[in-house]
Amino acid sequence: MPSHSLQKEFEKLVGQDNVMTSESDLHAYSYDSAVLDQVSPGIVVRPTTSEALGQVVRLCNDNELKLTVRGAGTNLSGGTIPVAGGVVCLTTALNKILEINEHDLYAVVQPGVVTARFAAEVASKGLLYPPDPGSQAVSTLGGNVAENAGGLRALKYGVTKDYVMGVDFFDVEGNLVRSGSRTVKCVTGYNLAGLMVASEGTLGVFEKLILKLVPPPKAIKSMMAEFDDVGAASQTVSAIIAAKIVPATLEFMDNFTIRTVENFRGAGLNTDAAALLLIEVDGHPAQVEDDAAQVADICRAHNAKNVKLARDAEERAAVWQARRDALPALARVKPTTVLEDATVPRSRIPDMMKALKRIADEYKLTIGTFGHAGDGNLHPTILTDKRDVKEWERVEKAIDAIFDQALAMGGTLSGEHGIGLAKAKYMQHEHGAAAIEYSRKIKRVMDPRNILNPGKILGPLLK
Amino acid sequence: MPDIKQLAQMLNELDDLLTRCMRCGMCQAQCPVFAKTGKEADVTRGKLALISGLSREILKDPAQVQEKLNRCLLCGTCEANCPSGVKVTDIFLRARAILNGYLGLSRTQKLVFRCLLTHPGLMNKLISMGALFQGLFSKQADQVIGTSCARFNTPLIKDRHFKKLSARPLHRQVPSMDTPAGSSGLRVAFFPGCVVDKVFPEVGLAALKILKHHQVGIYMPSGQFCCGIPSLSAGESDSFSRLVRKNVKLFSAAKWDYLLTPCATCTATMRELWPVYHKESLGRVITNNVMDVSQFLVDILGVKPAENNREKTSVFYHDPCHLRNTLQVTAQPRAVLSAGGKYSVAEPPNGASCCGSGGSFNLKHYQLSQDIGRQKTRDIAFTGAPVAATSCPACMLQLADMLSKEKISIPVKHVLELYAESL
Repeated sequence: MPSHSLQKEFEKLVGQDNVMTSESDLHAYSYDSAVLDQVSPGIVVRPTTSEALGQVVRLCNDNELKLTVRGAGTNLSGGTIPVAGGVVCLTTALNKILEINEHDLYAVVQPGVVTARFAAEVASKGLLYPPDPGSQAVSTLGGNVAENAGGLRALKYGVTKDYVMGVDFFDVEGNLVRSGSRTVKCVTGYNLAGLMVASEGTLGVFEKLILKLVPPPKAIKSMMAEFDDVGAASQTVSAIIAAKIVPATLEFMDNFTIRTVENFRGAGLNTDAAALLLIEVDGHPAQVEDDAAQVADICRAHNAKNVKLARDAEERAAVWQARRDALPALARVKPTTVLEDATVPRSRIPDMMKALKRIADEYKLTIGTFGHAGDGNLHPTILTDKRDVKEWERVEKAIDAIFDQALAMGGTLSGEHGIGLAKAKYMQHEHGAAAIEYSRKIKRVMDPRNILNPGKILGPLLK
Repeated sequence: MPDIKQLAQMLNELDDLLTRCMRCGMCQAQCPVFAKTGKEADVTRGKLALISGLSREILKDPAQVQEKLNRCLLCGTCEANCPSGVKVTDIFLRARAILNGYLGLSRTQKLVFRCLLTHPGLMNKLISMGALFQGLFSKQADQVIGTSCARFNTPLIKDRHFKKLSARPLHRQVPSMDTPAGSSGLRVAFFPGCVVDKVFPEVGLAALKILKHHQVGIYMPSGQFCCGIPSLSAGESDSFSRLVRKNVKLFSAAKWDYLLTPCATCTATMRELWPVYHKESLGRVITNNVMDVSQFLVDILGVKPAENNREKTSVFYHDPCHLRNTLQVTAQPRAVLSAGGKYSVAEPPNGASCCGSGGSFNLKHYQLSQDIGRQKTRDIAFTGAPVAATSCPACMLQLADMLSKEKISIPVKHVLELYAESL
């Protein structure tokens, strides 16, 4: 807990209104969207200028205060849960879009800009910022970069890291480090901006971001295909890619999710279908027509029972409403919703689906699975009640089993949710001891006092 | 005062409701208060975490939690958009009642909730005295909007641009009514609500004129009581129940088909909150027969937007949260607004949003309330509409105050007034 005199120093930096120390305010920053134990910080500060942000970092380092930077607090792996008694630094007041450059196709933003607001501003200039994580209505771009957030369009457009051209950040001593550039090509020095991506606040504190923009597609076509068999649905996914078509979005819903969504919305989904694929192709109008027809043919060739092509904006909206409903509908089934994002090579989706079924049976749990089939990033969603201690033990075992399976299939622990506190213990399993030790060495040099979001990604540092 | 353990136990009854929140934080995109402050304790997820923290005895200071809970407009926007369907209003109202039982009310609140609201005769007398003397301390602010402001600094009024209490409240102009159904075959009970009665009697008169025009019989008993929302939102469950009981008795004394109010908040309270928080019989007042006047005009009587080629005056329509979020009544007021053939609807540029009134929120957190309300005036100015209209007298007060202060000199009307003009 920072002393009274330190509190005064923070107040000098950011103003009295932007320092919070009351029990209730601290409690409100003790969690994020991960299902983990709450930990209250000792002080919360909200800098309103870049200079103040740098000074906050320096003050924390000088006094060995553990610092956790927080945007909207929506990450799903505990990356913004602070250290007990530490400092939470909010970026919500650093929310300016500094530049949208239509000639050079980039934008410069402060870290607290909300993703959807930015995307809308970019769209109003006739451009596209593709990364669209599920929390984009509230998530911040700083958080997106720190977690390397993904989204529905990742298959064709990639994830946040593919749009980061530069990151200006404060090192732990409060020096402003500039990295990357406003140019497409840049080979000067280490790729420090790349190092910042997915660093979850452990290596530096973002001051501003340079993000890449692209022209939007001229045409879009969406469709929904029903399958009797999960295997057939996932073979369809591989067949579409093998036909050299890369849809912008290729989403999957299992039967449990379909039934839950239908029960929730009543939009007329076929509740007997074993799986649904929701597919969107985009690009030049002529190519989109061809691609859509070919994708529909591939679906039918793989025994899709019903392939519905959206004929207008309204029908397209209905297709995506079903997908957007997946999480809300599942979340209403039971009090606690554990949303995982283990990811496998897309050809292994049928195996992963079988494994998930086996795990659900073995641990007597309800698991609904939906997600980004096109990139192998599934969201097995465990519906449970954390207050049921016995069941919760089984949930934890099931999560371990899901990760084991994903790794055994050549997959990864997390496609887009990050490691944070929740998955730090599995890291060695995926990357091996050498990778962890190499990362720890970097962390030790960059942050010798271990104040930058300690405990995240790498687990507690061995002294 | 019971000890903190007992408080935790009482709050524990909310546990099943609280665990529904998966802490996804999507309410940050909806909450008008959070949009201004950016503080987690001001958004629904934060408030739910605070209640839960208190119930699990992690937090020790209930007064802090109460203060945070009061920083909520009860606009219901978060609830209407919550991915996991958390019953936010229910949790907040019950938590406020429990905390209030534990911490007690201020003397002013006791006076208002326990003496004044439950004794409308006394309240009316006091208010009419206020109406007589308000000219002494106020001066005109905006002639078109009809607002006044204080001549000198007063703690209650601050720098508000307020609508004066009417010199001729509705209960003086029309003490009561009891007319049979006309050719419509329908008879309604009419509940004008406190703000219409005391500040906007013209809205009540417009409603009565419209109902008569459509050959609807009217039962409007004298001595009506407040709908109870100020008590309930302050956590005063007992005085809330007293008010409901008295109103139920009054309205169950005659036969009618629908109970109508021109106030979004009164309608929402009677439809949604009376059945849940008043544990006794509601007599004739059952959820499905309580309606907003415009909802009745459109859904029951079939009033439609007029079809003519006349040049129309565009009117900015503000959706009251209690119609939009709580009752999903958005199309009907728009239809009524354009039913007279003289007006067309101008929509806000960025979609509907709260005006920042929130009833007693406006009294307790005036600065925040203004910050939210100013956004609304920018939306209105953006459309360039020469008239602003809504379906809730509390929103009308807020819009009048904000527009007047921003020197956007356009009248603020209830949609019923605009429709009544054409009859």
